Amino acid sequence: MELTLWTYEGPPHVGAMRIAASMEGVHYVLHAPQGDTYADLLFTMIERRDRRPPVTYTTFQARDLGGDTAELVKRSIAEAVERFQPQALLVGESCTAELIQDQPGALAQGMGYGDLPIVNLELPAYSKKENWGAGETFYQLVRGLLKGQIPAPGSPRPDPGRWRSEGRRPRLNLLGPSLLGFRCRDDVTEVTRLLASVGVDVAVVAPLGATPADLLRLPEADANVCLYPEVADATCSWLDRQFGMACLRTVPIGIGATVAFLNEVVELLGLDPARLPQPDRSRLPWYSRSVDSTYLTGKRVFIFADATHAIAAARIASQELGFEVVGLGSYSREQARAVRAAAAELGLEALISDDYLAVEAAMAAAAPELVLGTQMERHSAKRLGVPCAVISSPLHVQDVPARYAPQMGWEGANVIFDSWVHPLMMGLEEHLIGMFRHDFEFVDGHMSHRGETAASAPEAPVSGVWTADGEAELKKVPFFVRGKVRRNAETYANERGIGAITAEVMFDAKAHFSR
Amino acid sequence: MEVLKESGQREVFCGLTSIVWLHRRMPDAFFLVVGSRTCAHLIQSAAGVMIFAEPRFGTAILGERDLAGLADANAELDRLVTDLLARRPEIRTLFLVGSCPSEVIKLDLAKAAERLNERLVGRVRVVNYSGSGIETTFTQGEDQALTALVPLLPAGDQRQLLLVGTLADAVEDRFLTLFERLGVGPVLSLPPRRSTELPPVGPGTQALLCQPFLGSTARALQARGVTLLPAPYPLGVEGSRRWFETAAAAFGIDPAHTAAVLDPLVARGQAAVAPHRRQLEGKRLFLLPDSQMEPALARFLHRECGMELVEVGTPYLDRTLQQPELDLLPPGTALSEGQHLERQLERVRAARPDLVVCGMGLANPLEAEGIATKWSIELVFSPIHGCDQAGDLAELFARPLRRRASLAFA
Ligand code: SF4
Repeated sequence: MELTLWTYEGPPHVGAMRIAASMEGVHYVLHAPQGDTYADLLFTMIERRDRRPPVTYTTFQARDLGGDTAELVKRSIAEAVERFQPQALLVGESCTAELIQDQPGALAQGMGYGDLPIVNLELPAYSKKENWGAGETFYQLVRGLLKGQIPAPGSPRPDPGRWRSEGRRPRLNLLGPSLLGFRCRDDVTEVTRLLASVGVDVAVVAPLGATPADLLRLPEADANVCLYPEVADATCSWLDRQFGMACLRTVPIGIGATVAFLNEVVELLGLDPARLPQPDRSRLPWYSRSVDSTYLTGKRVFIFADATHAIAAARIASQELGFEVVGLGSYSREQARAVRAAAAELGLEALISDDYLAVEAAMAAAAPELVLGTQMERHSAKRLGVPCAVISSPLHVQDVPARYAPQMGWEGANVIFDSWVHPLMMGLEEHLIGMFRHDFEFVDGHMSHRGETAASAPEAPVSGVWTADGEAELKKVPFFVRGKVRRNAETYANERGIGAITAEVMFDAKAHFSR
Repeated sequence: MEVLKESGQREVFCGLTSIVWLHRRMPDAFFLVVGSRTCAHLIQSAAGVMIFAEPRFGTAILGERDLAGLADANAELDRLVTDLLARRPEIRTLFLVGSCPSEVIKLDLAKAAERLNERLVGRVRVVNYSGSGIETTFTQGEDQALTALVPLLPAGDQRQLLLVGTLADAVEDRFLTLFERLGVGPVLSLPPRRSTELPPVGPGTQALLCQPFLGSTARALQARGVTLLPAPYPLGVEGSRRWFETAAAAFGIDPAHTAAVLDPLVARGQAAVAPHRRQLEGKRLFLLPDSQMEPALARFLHRECGMELVEVGTPYLDRTLQQPELDLLPPGTALSEGQHLERQLERVRAARPDLVVCGMGLANPLEAEGIATKWSIELVFSPIHGCDQAGDLAELFARPLRRRASLAFA
């Protein structure tokens, strides 16, 4: 038993939902009580999805437990198949259903759906979490669909350079992008452009936007790109083992990693190295060398994120922006080893934890000038008064921007430069503020780039006089509208020659202005 | 009135969600859910923002070891509670909140509360209730929490009015002022603002429910000799007026005096509603089941804002508590109880209402289909009770329509 106040990851079935909701033509029947339907809002609110995730919940109740919950499961499956006509069906249970052991997956398989691929998801809710659930679901789905195509043991591994003899362009699969992942939508676009720049096509992107039929085509690519190891690691390893498909594991976030990624692509596919683009495709190298950035030198930065983004951020911060990384960690236990190695390279000990209070304490102890983290760290940093940029899930709706804002490739590096440096005071500005700080005109609110502290608006001059009960009532108005309510009440009192602003006057004014 | 009873997939929160407003009401109480990561994630997602470093609620997440043996689970719970209270010395009442997993494995939280109470006597009171999704829907969590408090209320014979159900503090203050003007008193509240200041109850107590979802609390109070005053709920001008009038009549106040106090409020409230009525009049409304406040909202939006009611869904229809509201709905109103989500959405699509009141999971998908929506969760998080808030309440529904009318992309 473990006390949790806020959690980085949801339960594993939410990971499964991420896979189902990312794809087309997949439906997920989830044996779960009604409250678990909250998970829909993660997709419809945070990702602003225009449709519900393709999930049918059985929403069993206590009174069903005495009777036949298995019947309820079957009824839900039958209705879902009938209504949604999926090309593949995922069947699983949430934490509570796991305890009552109805075996919904087995029930589904016994319902005689013939050709419909059914994946029985067993995701242990009491020991695993969301990212693991996403990775496992993607793997089970790919395995379930492709198991009929596995080459005989001992078959030779396909040559990643075979595109040449087959007289076509080389092609790669992009595996791992999913809903509720960080900037996946735009990363796919950027990596597709990046590959096109060296003459490589994208075969299948999955799970984001893929259909079950697309997954059947995975082995037709020359190799896989494991874009997000949290989601795609198990699948890529399995495709490597069973289909002999090579896997590119460098995640192209940052200039160095993008260059390394392209080198790997070129080498693996046997392309002409002369085609490699120069890193000056991105503005980051020049911006980082430009004189204003001198002020970034040695800025203390604390990094905590999922493993993929934490490792990438540490490298960019230390090598490409000249920051000093003073803390590095991740909540992804599954990828802890890689994070530890990255930290060791920087002479740090990685913090592997899903206790955000421990992370906040480590953050405070490291005394950073910038925090790169998740939504959780954004809140912690705010409390500590340290500027923060969000670099990883878990997300808030504001981390799903309308504009094109990838993290990967050349444009991703531009986006990273802007979004990490903007929360800091810009170089010359910092210098000038230091110089003029003691002048009488100086107002703290001028430090507009620092953190999110807004200058408080000046109070309007007092006209009518507030009585004690009026003041008391005013205090109960939420602070962010209090100024307006106060001004309205005073205007109202002024116009009517009312001297004392009582609670009644305030309510009268409120009613008056609500017109 | 005909009621369409449906069963199938429900799209509603479980009772744990009530913690989000209950914990704000009682700043000296902690709500400890004994459950799973799902429960923790639900509260986090429903609460929206993680403003507090250490909120006064949390989840004791069951692990595989707890499932292996209840003895261990109990020992673990005791350890966790001890640590928690050591860290939070200001806590006076600890609510142990049951969840689906704790109920399915039959972890006896009543026994745990008893055991902890013995140990913590004089320092912290431990109370338990269920907020599980297999037992409770959304607002029923508050009903269960208050029901658990009823046996702890001291006995008291004095003639008094008891307001039952969480109100925003500002609204409650306003109500207290008005009761004083009416000459009704003393007035006490359940839940109180300090968890240790539990109101006494007894045969002299007349209870007025602030919310329509407190059926089990109402019955527990009746068992303590409390008289329940049936009234419409204080939403909108009319509901608020009748609610106050009911209390005043029960306390033998001269109706002329009551009218003198309430009339100006009513006039002002109506004036505040009027501009929104212009927006809402004749518009067709579909309420999906969520908080059990749907009949009261439908009554307000129909009678005071002129909306047409396409369907009024409610997760559960407590006939006794809802009768005063049902009496005010137009004859033939399509009421539905329970939910079969897909069938209900088919009805929504077929009816093409002008406004749908629904949960956050459904709002954007319906908007994308071209149907305006209002999040129901705002109705339990915002101060909407009383004549003074009637304008604000109407505005909540008018805003989506006004916004749609004001947007143009061509
Ligand atoms: S429905 Fe049950 S398992 Fe789900 S969040 Fe609510 S109490 Fe927890």
